[in-house]
Amino acid sequence: MLLDSKVPDGPIADKWDHYRDTAKLVNPANKRKYTVLVVGTGLAGGSAAATLAELGYNVKSFCIQDSPRRAHSIAAQGGINAAKNYPNDGDSVWRLFHDTVKGGDYRSREANVYRLAQISNNIIDQCVAQGVPFAREYGGLLDNRSFGGAQVSRTFYSRGQTGQQLLLGAYQAMCRQIEAGKIEVFSRREMLDLVISESRAQGIVTRNLVNGEMERHVGDAVLLCTGGYGNVYYLSTNAKNTNVTAAWRCYKRGAFFANPCFTQIHPTCIPVSGDYQSKLTLMSESLRNDGRVWVPLNKGDRRRPEDIPEAERDYYLERRYPSFGNLVPRDVASRAAKKETDAGRGVGETQLAVYLDFGDAINRLGRDRIEERYGNLFEMYQRITAEDPYRVPMRIFPASHYTMGGLWVDYELQSTVPGLFVLGEANFSDHGANRLGASALMQGLADGYFVIPYTLGGYLAGLEPLSNTARDGEAFRIAEGDARERIQAMLDIKGSRTVMDFHRSLGRIMWDYVGMARTAEGLKTAISEIGSLRKSFWNDLVVPGENSTMNKSLEYAGRLADFLELGELMARDALERAESCGGHFREEYSSPEGEAVRRDDEFSFVAAWQYNTRPSDAILHKENLEFDNVKLTTRSYK
Amino acid sequence: MAEVFTIRLRVWRQPGPQAPGRFVDYTVPNVNPHMSFLEMLDVLNEDLTLRGEAPIEFDHDCREGICGACGVVINGIAHGPNARTATCQLHMRDYRDGDTIVVEPWRARAFPVIRDLVVDRTAFDRIIAAGGYVSANTGAAPDANAIQIPKEDADEAFDYAACIGCGACVAACPNSSASLFTGSKVAHLALMPQGSPERKRRVAAMVAQMSDEGFGDCSNHAECEAVCPKGISIAAIALMRREYVKSVFG
Repeated sequence: MLLDSKVPDGPIADKWDHYRDTAKLVNPANKRKYTVLVVGTGLAGGSAAATLAELGYNVKSFCIQDSPRRAHSIAAQGGINAAKNYPNDGDSVWRLFHDTVKGGDYRSREANVYRLAQISNNIIDQCVAQGVPFAREYGGLLDNRSFGGAQVSRTFYSRGQTGQQLLLGAYQAMCRQIEAGKIEVFSRREMLDLVISESRAQGIVTRNLVNGEMERHVGDAVLLCTGGYGNVYYLSTNAKNTNVTAAWRCYKRGAFFANPCFTQIHPTCIPVSGDYQSKLTLMSESLRNDGRVWVPLNKGDRRRPEDIPEAERDYYLERRYPSFGNLVPRDVASRAAKKETDAGRGVGETQLAVYLDFGDAINRLGRDRIEERYGNLFEMYQRITAEDPYRVPMRIFPASHYTMGGLWVDYELQSTVPGLFVLGEANFSDHGANRLGASALMQGLADGYFVIPYTLGGYLAGLEPLSNTARDGEAFRIAEGDARERIQAMLDIKGSRTVMDFHRSLGRIMWDYVGMARTAEGLKTAISEIGSLRKSFWNDLVVPGENSTMNKSLEYAGRLADFLELGELMARDALERAESCGGHFREEYSSPEGEAVRRDDEFSFVAAWQYNTRPSDAILHKENLEFDNVKLTTRSYK
Repeated sequence: MAEVFTIRLRVWRQPGPQAPGRFVDYTVPNVNPHMSFLEMLDVLNEDLTLRGEAPIEFDHDCREGICGACGVVINGIAHGPNARTATCQLHMRDYRDGDTIVVEPWRARAFPVIRDLVVDRTAFDRIIAAGGYVSANTGAAPDANAIQIPKEDADEAFDYAACIGCGACVAACPNSSASLFTGSKVAHLALMPQGSPERKRRVAAMVAQMSDEGFGDCSNHAECEAVCPKGISIAAIALMRREYVKSVFG
């Protein structure tokens, strides 16, 4: 199958304007005849639901949480990029575009990224108009800070809670439309299947998480805004309930899954402390503005950090990458940390950590300034570790954080299933093989506020609105039946291992073989081990309780069943991609200095996988990536 | 590694919204001081599952104190003993071997129990929907720097906007009032110039909704401020009252 990215013709700077000038429109009287199902209420889903409702569409919004305000975008700390160039430090739309394509290690689609950079400025305007309390300077103007992978300050922020404030802005915009009767919210609902009829998406099946009831929802279009799949590693910075289920069910109904092996391991997380650990907490990348990363120069140096003299410390990022220093992109910083701990220079009880030290910054700026910038993060660190980062350096280590891969979409954010659109982290398009800091919030809101309102019209214009009686049709009946069967099958196993136990096992396989460093041999091992684990899951799982009440173990089991299939696809994709790029590092393809070696001649493509009966039979399709505007070079931050 | 110890739990179990609830006692051996409180419940739930008993249902998600999903009353205090700390950020190092911990759901008429420690907080969403927003359609915004906002005002607005909507304020209030929650949103938006044309309508509608949901009135106990995981000041409530009076008489 030929993958048509539908990128408009013309110079890159004109593509989006041209698209908007010529896109088909739905007239206001007709918009209210269409129902749009928006699954997920994070930045992408919240902004899309609110904006489409403002335009006049009927929106049904679904979330697994008890309120749309709790989607995991809320936990984003550091900030959101925009090419405003308020600091007058040389930023521009072009530079943001260029940095993002380079940061993604030349594995993203140029036209999408350029559009993202263009829209970035509108996002900041919109959020300010909603009353989002961004950080300001004493003159009353907006403040900016810098983030990894950039040499300008283009990041807008609200202390260390930027995601929360942007999400509440989108949520409040949604609430206004709820009050206006244009959005109906279905909270504590989980999408269990996509319904396809007449070769297009016509609805979804959801499970009410309070009473187990199955529900059928008809929609003229389905917008999947369900985030990433970082929890496949068990331990991650993602919220505990974050999962791949909605996206995976779409994949199994025909939507292609693109670049599943492109996952982001974030360099600055609080290290693991024990087996009972349920999640890892991120310490914002913004900390690397003022914090210096180091390890002891000598292997096995177990002295306390304050007892190690300056001359016996190795500030390895500053040493290896003098021009970007501590602000190298995440993939580079994570690998560098791994290299140090692998060499036996790790710190702390487990020795799987490096220091992030604020001593110099506190001496230079004073404790108050540091507290103002990062106070909430320092507090969070102290609560978790019982150590005071104002006095002792933080201990940090990489952890699964974000997934660049996701369902394949074209320029219009439409998947290979007509009528199924995918927004935000759930799609694959903008970050290539590595996402730069402060770009996830930008992309989620760009897709929801400013892209989908234009591209959805083009799909719906001229389409006969569906009647609600479609819910009684064959396609809905089958989808609901399948979902029920799967639930019953899990309840009927009555084995001896819990969901969490299986999830831990999967996480270990993924982290060891499909984590920061991958090899062909390891990936083959992963594929075989995941296959056995999946078999064991379906034979030996125990799920307590029943379907007809709130049952979080049952929800969890369904999500893990999908992770157990996704994990194998990730490993296959990683095996297929015999190069190193961004977060995907194949040890066979590295330079003598340990830097990634990309192979553009053979791998300058998007790997889009099509489901085919069994996880191991997935079919690979390729979308070739053309770089007409950014020159393909070896990414260097030295 | 740290020394493990034993904790006794007395947990509220309630099979469903209409079913009567009761306290059930559990013993959790092998508690590691570095565990979070919720991880301790995870360990107990694993054990219950393997013994064929129903695990304890509780809401949780981000486990880093920002989503507002978690929250239980621990020994009579919403979110437990530590100030400015959500339940998920409470760690077992604050307890000693043999301690008994009583765990209950938020209790308020407007927050009916769904199961065990899980309650229905959708009343909060309806309060925000009544007016807790700025009416700014996407696309109509002026340049972000067109309006200057004094840093002090933006910082103060942020302090109120930091509310995570967990509901601890309601659980702690003897009147089950949602005044701190509602006041925080009113105060956040009242301090920003963007929402000013809607100020009067906003506060009137939100206060009316709060009362329709069955939350009580505020009588200045300040228990809410004491348990708020974000440390939001009851000055929010004073500000809400001023806004309300202005909306009626102004």
